[in-house]
Amino acid sequence: MNSEFLSPIGKITQINGKCISLVGNDIDTDRIIPARFLKCVSFDSLGKSVFEDDRETLKGRHPFDLEKNKNASILIVNSNFGCGSSREHAPQALMRWGIKAIIGESFAEIFYSNCIAIGIPCFTLPTKSIQDIQKYNDKKSLFLEIDLKKSLAKAEDLNFQLDIKESSKKMFLSGEWDATSTLLENENLIEKKINDLPYLKFGADL
Amino acid sequence: MSQDTLFDKVWDLHKVSSLPGGSDQIFIGLHLIHEVTSPQAFGALKDKNLKVKFPNRTVATVDHIVPTDNQSGPFKDNLAENMIEALEKNCQKHKIRFFNIGSGNQGIVHVVAPELGLTQPGMTIACGDSHTSTHGAFGSIAFGIGTSQVRDVLATQTIAMNKLKVRQIWCENQLSNGVYAKDLVLHIISKLGVKAGVGFAYEFAGPAIDALSMEERMTICNMSIEGGARCGYINPDEKTFAYIKNRLYSPKNEHWDRALLWWKSLKSDGNSIYDDVIKLDASRVEPTVTWGITPGQSIGVNQKIPLLADLSPNDQYIAEEAYQYMDFKPGQSIKDTPVDVCFIGSCTNGRISDLRVAAKVLKNKKVSYKVKAFVVPGSEKVACEAKKEGLDKIFKESGFQWREPGCSMCLAMNSDKLEGNQVSASSSNRNFKGRQGSPSGRTLLMSPAMVAAAAINGKVSDVREFLNK
Repeated sequence: MNSEFLSPIGKITQINGKCISLVGNDIDTDRIIPARFLKCVSFDSLGKSVFEDDRETLKGRHPFDLEKNKNASILIVNSNFGCGSSREHAPQALMRWGIKAIIGESFAEIFYSNCIAIGIPCFTLPTKSIQDIQKYNDKKSLFLEIDLKKSLAKAEDLNFQLDIKESSKKMFLSGEWDATSTLLENENLIEKKINDLPYLKFGADL
Repeated sequence: MSQDTLFDKVWDLHKVSSLPGGSDQIFIGLHLIHEVTSPQAFGALKDKNLKVKFPNRTVATVDHIVPTDNQSGPFKDNLAENMIEALEKNCQKHKIRFFNIGSGNQGIVHVVAPELGLTQPGMTIACGDSHTSTHGAFGSIAFGIGTSQVRDVLATQTIAMNKLKVRQIWCENQLSNGVYAKDLVLHIISKLGVKAGVGFAYEFAGPAIDALSMEERMTICNMSIEGGARCGYINPDEKTFAYIKNRLYSPKNEHWDRALLWWKSLKSDGNSIYDDVIKLDASRVEPTVTWGITPGQSIGVNQKIPLLADLSPNDQYIAEEAYQYMDFKPGQSIKDTPVDVCFIGSCTNGRISDLRVAAKVLKNKKVSYKVKAFVVPGSEKVACEAKKEGLDKIFKESGFQWREPGCSMCLAMNSDKLEGNQVSASSSNRNFKGRQGSPSGRTLLMSPAMVAAAAINGKVSDVREFLNK
């Protein structure tokens, strides 16, 4: 786990780091951070509890406990990663452990939007490519330099093209992934919208 | 791209702007909050020096962490007490309506909002909980959001989101006797898979859906997210309107007539275009039970756990993980699997009709001595109605413990937990590893009627054998 955590801010254009592979489909957010750790009013201490139960079961053999994965920051996963509960605690815990970007076959929808909202770019690659990377990374630590603008990942001896949703990419490059201020810019449009919504005039005063 | 579906109409109506990145800014008509995913959002508002933009469009209750045995405060669990206190303070500070324990309106957020008449057709509804899809049963577009988006809704009443595609799931014919909405939705997820819904809103339609009560429709939409779809909905009809009428926050008098006119105009019409349509025969659905560690791993109660070779290559890895975790052998029957704990409750199946169905099975029967069984009503209103009907007595006489409202062992954030590798028969929505509070606990999802049958026999049973006697 990285000792000093700083939330990302502003433009995200480049992510360099060591890869950590986590093999398995449909890894849900209950596994990423079990519900008992949701009893908190801040996200600060979640990093150490990421995958707590899976790690406990594997007694030191879990990827997040392996010495070679220490200080890794690019997570390589398989399909439907982050399914289940909407808890933002899951990407927050990953981020506080040290994860800065995720490359996977596919992501669950709410997990994906939570990642974008807190500044973790999620890239996709076909199944075979992910498996190849995971196998390679098993034998030898893989360091990647990800150029977000080109969606390109560079390693010592190979380059590969990553996929990322165009809207997410634009948000990271422009620094507008932290949506609140962008949304607030349209304050007059929000006020106007109220007049369009029939149910706000149905008299059921909230 | 879909056109003229209810989803399109509601989305377009709520669209505030197209954002530079290509996503849409969507107005949220109703925002529901609870104690677990909101404190950090209020914290972020404070950090950014923002206020809640429309406090009267947010409603709060407590559900996830409340104890169900003794609700008189302060709670034994200090952390739980702190979280509820934080919500209470945040609501007070920002003038947000809060239904606390003892208000008569507290309960699981997805049970409470419909029963108060807050959930209405044509709305967009968001909540920091993935089962927000429940509210789609009323023809609203409802979805779960994370804490950063809770912050955005509080600060702006809008969120940034990409428009979803729409898949219609057409359910032909009718469910047979002893088969319930839970069985149908488990069946749908097992056929389509747990990630088929990513990027889609699911529109559930067809004669089998039309025939369902509103509470059954909520069960279906509730589990859309287990099929990967962030949002699931059903076009509103007379049953929808009858359910909403005369509730605390439903439109009254001349407002009711205007509301009705508008609601009727929202339906997907005959000319709607869908991105995808899937048809299935509801009459072929059996009482369904999960055998694995995702809600997609389910079979009819009289079927056998699939062999690896019967599964598509994509499903094999997670199946192997499931055999091992559940300690089941491929080809084994699910029926007669011994169970240790029986749980009836949750936002999927903790409503009054769920309790009625289970009580009917349990009447004049006893829970097996091997089983710990408890029922957690979805809300204070559900508990009150159940008592009025004498259902609490039936449960207690059968050997079920009668508890106070909350999410309870659906996610086990309070003291209701499995121990060791216990097996539970559960009317909840997730059978993930460790979901019910023990890292090695095992969950079999099924309908409340099936949980009642399992409780009596101490093992997975076909509830139709009780109903036909």
